[in-house]
Amino acid sequence: MPDLLIELFSEEIPARMQRRAAEDLQKLMTNGLVEAGLTYASAACFSTPRRLALAVEGMLDASPRQVEERKGPKADAPEKAIEGFLRGAGLTRDQLEERETPKGKILFAKIEKPGRPAAEIVAEVLEHTIRNFPWPKSMRWGTGSLKWVRPLHSIVCVMSAEDGVEVVPFELDGITAGDVTYGHRFLAPAVIKVSGFEDYEAKLKRAFVVLNACERAGTIWHDATNMAFAAGMEVVEDEGLLKEVSGLVEWPVVLMGPIGADFLELPAEVLQTSMREHQKFFSVRNTKTGRIEKFITVANRTTADEGATILAGNEKVLGARLSDAKFFWENDLRVATSDEGMATWVKALENVTFHNKLGTQAELIERMAVLARELAPMVGADPDEAKEAARLAKADLSSEMVYEFPELQGLMGSYYARAAGKSDAVADAAREHYAPLGPSDDVPTAPVSVAVALAEKIDKLTGFWAIDEKPTGSKDPFALRRAALGVIRILVENRVALSLDQHLDSELLKYELTQLRPTAPEPDLFTLESTLAEIADHGVFGAAFRTVVDRIKHSDTHPFVPDVSDGSLLQTVAVRVQAKSADLLSFLHDRLKVYLKDQGVRHDIIDACIAMPGNDDLTLLVKRAKALSETLKTDDGENLIQGFKRANNILTQAEEADGVEYSYGADVKFAEVDEERALFKALDEAEATITPAMEAQDFTTAMSAMASLRGPIDGFFDAVQVNSDNGTIRRNRLNLLSRIRTICTSVADLTKIDG
Amino acid sequence: MGYGAEIVTMVQLTLARHTRRKGAQDQRSKLMSDNTENRPQKPKSFQAIILALQNYWARHGCAILQPYDMEVGAGTFHPATTLRSLGTNPWAAAYVQPSRRPTDGRYGENPNRLQHYYQYQVLIKPSPPNLQELYLGSLEAIGINMDLHDIRFVEDDWESPTLGAWGLGWEVWCDGMEVSQFTYFQQVGGHDCHPVSGELTYGLERLAMYVLGVDHVMDMPFNDPDAPIPMTYRDVFKQTEEEYARWNFDVANTEVLLRQFEEAEAHCKVILDEAPVDPKTGKRIIMVHPAYDQCIKASHIFNLLDARGVISVTERQAYIGRVRALSKMCADAFVLTRAGGYSEDAA
Repeated sequence: MPDLLIELFSEEIPARMQRRAAEDLQKLMTNGLVEAGLTYASAACFSTPRRLALAVEGMLDASPRQVEERKGPKADAPEKAIEGFLRGAGLTRDQLEERETPKGKILFAKIEKPGRPAAEIVAEVLEHTIRNFPWPKSMRWGTGSLKWVRPLHSIVCVMSAEDGVEVVPFELDGITAGDVTYGHRFLAPAVIKVSGFEDYEAKLKRAFVVLNACERAGTIWHDATNMAFAAGMEVVEDEGLLKEVSGLVEWPVVLMGPIGADFLELPAEVLQTSMREHQKFFSVRNTKTGRIEKFITVANRTTADEGATILAGNEKVLGARLSDAKFFWENDLRVATSDEGMATWVKALENVTFHNKLGTQAELIERMAVLARELAPMVGADPDEAKEAARLAKADLSSEMVYEFPELQGLMGSYYARAAGKSDAVADAAREHYAPLGPSDDVPTAPVSVAVALAEKIDKLTGFWAIDEKPTGSKDPFALRRAALGVIRILVENRVALSLDQHLDSELLKYELTQLRPTAPEPDLFTLESTLAEIADHGVFGAAFRTVVDRIKHSDTHPFVPDVSDGSLLQTVAVRVQAKSADLLSFLHDRLKVYLKDQGVRHDIIDACIAMPGNDDLTLLVKRAKALSETLKTDDGENLIQGFKRANNILTQAEEADGVEYSYGADVKFAEVDEERALFKALDEAEATITPAMEAQDFTTAMSAMASLRGPIDGFFDAVQVNSDNGTIRRNRLNLLSRIRTICTSVADLTKIDG
Repeated sequence: MGYGAEIVTMVQLTLARHTRRKGAQDQRSKLMSDNTENRPQKPKSFQAIILALQNYWARHGCAILQPYDMEVGAGTFHPATTLRSLGTNPWAAAYVQPSRRPTDGRYGENPNRLQHYYQYQVLIKPSPPNLQELYLGSLEAIGINMDLHDIRFVEDDWESPTLGAWGLGWEVWCDGMEVSQFTYFQQVGGHDCHPVSGELTYGLERLAMYVLGVDHVMDMPFNDPDAPIPMTYRDVFKQTEEEYARWNFDVANTEVLLRQFEEAEAHCKVILDEAPVDPKTGKRIIMVHPAYDQCIKASHIFNLLDARGVISVTERQAYIGRVRALSKMCADAFVLTRAGGYSEDAA
């Protein structure tokens, strides 16, 4: 059972690709080996900046012999057919076997595939692997045509067993596999001869190469935290940076240095971002002052001066980088605190396109400002403050710092707004209005931030809906799913009661109007502008539109009658606005399902709540869903559903058969048995609780009152036959069932619940 | 340690192929003897570093060219790189190229940002297998002690949207500072590079400041500090940095520039539209370089307009696309010339 060692030695592989590449090497090689019949006991892969390595243990030394039986033509088939079969099987006529079958004598061929030595298979699979390697980007070099991530220089491919070591004979575009590799580029560049994985790993380590990336990361983190601790400080955690840095070195040596006093006043985020992005430095925080005061860099080597030259060089580079950052910071502050202030930046955004169908960033900001003002009262924010905050929230996109570090957008805006003397609420909104950026990101809670964050996302969603750029399948280039989840989380987690319909309709109509204004006839424009002005009074576009059209029709002051006939402009716009709004709301509902599912609320429960009126108030919707979900977790709740469904089925069937709706009040005087009277009583009692609870939107109380009906409903069904021969009694019982239905569907449409 | 003999053998092999047809046998033997000299003295001035690089690459077989006589944003724009990386003819050249980046102007006040600076550029086609070692040797040649510094090859894919070119490689870090760009050209002017050129670009000021231990570019000795008239970078360039920064940011006449851009663009096309055969001499003379000059011009004017802040984000893409179209046309034309590997017999 030999072991196999493969190393592909190249010029420096990008850090971000190494881990994945090692895994791909393992996957492609082991898949290929197994497919060819070479099974093995275990495999492991490794990467450093200059090499990918694979160790396979306990591999078969040859693939097993295989016998394949092939069915051929009939024994008396035409000569040509038999010849063809023989050719395909590589056999002669006398090697075939004739077998009696129900269909007559048939020829069978036994094709023996002898086992192949492992080395032959390994060479074949390795060539295929290298030629088809899934690098994110690969290149050619020199005069060759081979592609690799960077020039490939040498290949180790050895099989080792008790009886010795064998170099797998293998050649690829001028590179011959062997048993030699090289150590650290500077510390031990000489040739190393290896006989197997253990020998390889140990010799590499002596040649200043730590093969295992996790081991390198571990060393880095261990040394960094120790070094910081010794100085009374702590390293700011950065998992991504640690991974990257461990892919940049074969022999990590951690060095810590100071940040120049000139730069300590820069915002911590600027220091961190500049150091991470440009220099791959870790930030070190003084636990007492909370400031970032030192940096940690990871060198790829030891030196005679214990890193003094390296550290001094890094310090100098950092100084240069930070003086750039300082230059941006000071320039930006100068603008922000000037007379015109951040408005200068907003003005500059008039030249920046947001999306070619949705106008400039400046236009986007103006839409946001209007919408934030409209939303403000619903979230408890001051409308003027919300509007101002929205106007400034994206101003920093023109600042020099954000130009240099786009990831600091919003954050810089908040520093600059504060420097410009804006209120804390306005400044915070700049930082918070992009949030939440992911499912685990914090949701803004300050009213002004909430208004601006909502405005940003609702504008984005309605805008892209207006131009038919909604997400499809896996494609969501404008991150609209994230925006939708943002709207949901902001509303629900802040318990904001907000009817979305009104705002979705208004925004969509605004987009329509922007398109129509230059060309549409005056009467149509007037009608739509009036509708827009009145949507807030009516709650939705449809009602406002009908009212406006009616009013104009019957008014003497308007010299025209709006054309709302089928196919007319107004009709088309009205249909489109309502259709898109409904579609967007249903998109939001879909995202809400995903959101609630993560919190353990089932899809059918959400569907049952979406079926209720007021479903454009997501907070209300979630309240219903949670109450229903909780109730359904209890036995009473579960059984109530069964009872309700039974009642509903009987009732629905009767209504269909009789062609009437049984909604007339049932009367207890027609009750025949105690169980029936008990149900009347229970319904009365439940109603007494449910009605006020529903008014207070206390769905939990309403649901638990409903759950208390479970016993009386079960008792009723056990005791009586609804479809009594007596017509009066039957009708009364059906009307009683109707009461059950009415009560039970006050929180959610229970017919939609599974089971 | 050193890259000594081993390197020379390898580069000699590569260059042997280049020079064989020119019969430059004697030069090759010279190359070998040159390398026996000791580790160079640590340079004391900006120009000493440039001269060390010139000597190093001359010693390793490159033709030492002079700067291109036009305003360019980077050494890559020199036709010795853009055009010569196209086609199949071998090529090995090194040169200093003054480069202009109007948006980087800081009135000479920033310790290391300049609107006018020098790049050192090396282009070898096909890229030799020991290009990394050759490169490291050049750092040693300018006085970087390989035993004390931390040299790293950090991923940096190069793409020039205006040249329609891209390649893979690294930025080379010395103690955390980017000292060079190292690129294997894959495509230029929309053409696949066969064979592949290896390109090295050194930011000379930054590199020199590092080697000389200078913190502010303006403090850097330009010539030997012990010379009778010692001059610093400030003496040579502080005033021009101020003048150009003011002009680039606030004064350059954008109307004129816009017009010049249009003119250069139109001119480039007109030149290439001319018939390949010159009616006067009867020779096949495709005027790639004159056309390419117009492309360079357009590119620089675009940079100036950008610095003046009159190009919006959307327009930006359009301008870049227009320059790219020009460089692509030039590349298309170049591969139809002798230097681009075109053979009239074959055609």
